[in-house]
Amino acid sequence: MTGPAAFPHEGHVPVLRLGEVLLVTLQGDLYDSTAERLRQDIGQTVSDSAVEVSGVVIDLSGVEVVDSFMGRVLSDVAAMTRLLAAQTVVAGMRPAVAITLVELGLTLPGLRTALTTEDALRLLGAEVSVPSRDGRPRGERP
Amino acid sequence: MTHSTGDVSACLPIHSDLDLVRVRQHVRQMTARLGFGLVEQTKLVTAASELARNALVHGGGGQMECTAVTSGGVRGLRLVFSDQGPGIVDLDQAMSDGYTSGEGLGMGLGGARRLVHDFSVDTRRGSGTTVTVTSWISRPPGPREAP
Repeated sequence: MTGPAAFPHEGHVPVLRLGEVLLVTLQGDLYDSTAERLRQDIGQTVSDSAVEVSGVVIDLSGVEVVDSFMGRVLSDVAAMTRLLAAQTVVAGMRPAVAITLVELGLTLPGLRTALTTEDALRLLGAEVSVPSRDGRPRGERP
Repeated sequence: MTHSTGDVSACLPIHSDLDLVRVRQHVRQMTARLGFGLVEQTKLVTAASELARNALVHGGGGQMECTAVTSGGVRGLRLVFSDQGPGIVDLDQAMSDGYTSGEGLGMGLGGARRLVHDFSVDTRRGSGTTVTVTSWISRPPGPREAP
């Protein structure tokens, strides 16, 4: 059986600011209510910020399952930020999650993606000091 | 024939989004224990999440029974989702992609069917819906119900 330690923390996913970019790192298994709240938090932060927000990076590398509910939250965030003059990039999706989403029928055509958070930041034109793994820019993906 | 191996069976309630998390974690642990590959684990956990959410949102809550099964020497995991909700009025419509009666993307039922090997729905108007899915560690060669 599942031990209590394996349970996720309910409630709040932090939205971090890196210059003009918001960084959201999702970990483990999210409650529906947490995902709903995240959608609101991102919208609020993008529209309220004193400094302009040009992009949102959602790091999914710690997420084992994206079902149609989570897929909807991701595409809603992308559509919402686009209306608020910012772009969303989903980074680090696991291959098993990508395969499952395709078979589920969710290819999320409106979402921009990157293999890593660094690539996502580069895609958004954000200043990053971390060199890419092979020493050359890899942000541009067709 | 499909045989249950009764020692690994569980029944989980589905009455809140916390229960959805529990369902996903239980299915993840069971598939891992049975030796499913990572992609097959992810597919079955995702299907379970869709079906559990259907039972919660459309069926007003229900339960999932999770049983390890074997067929012709092949091991698998069978999940039975049941609710006592209003039932599905038009099953063909409910199975089609893009159809939604609620908040989702309309991929739940049809999408879940594509993620598992065996899929069946039993629904009656006014007396609930039962969805049974099974995935196998590797597909049995030949007819599944062969002796």
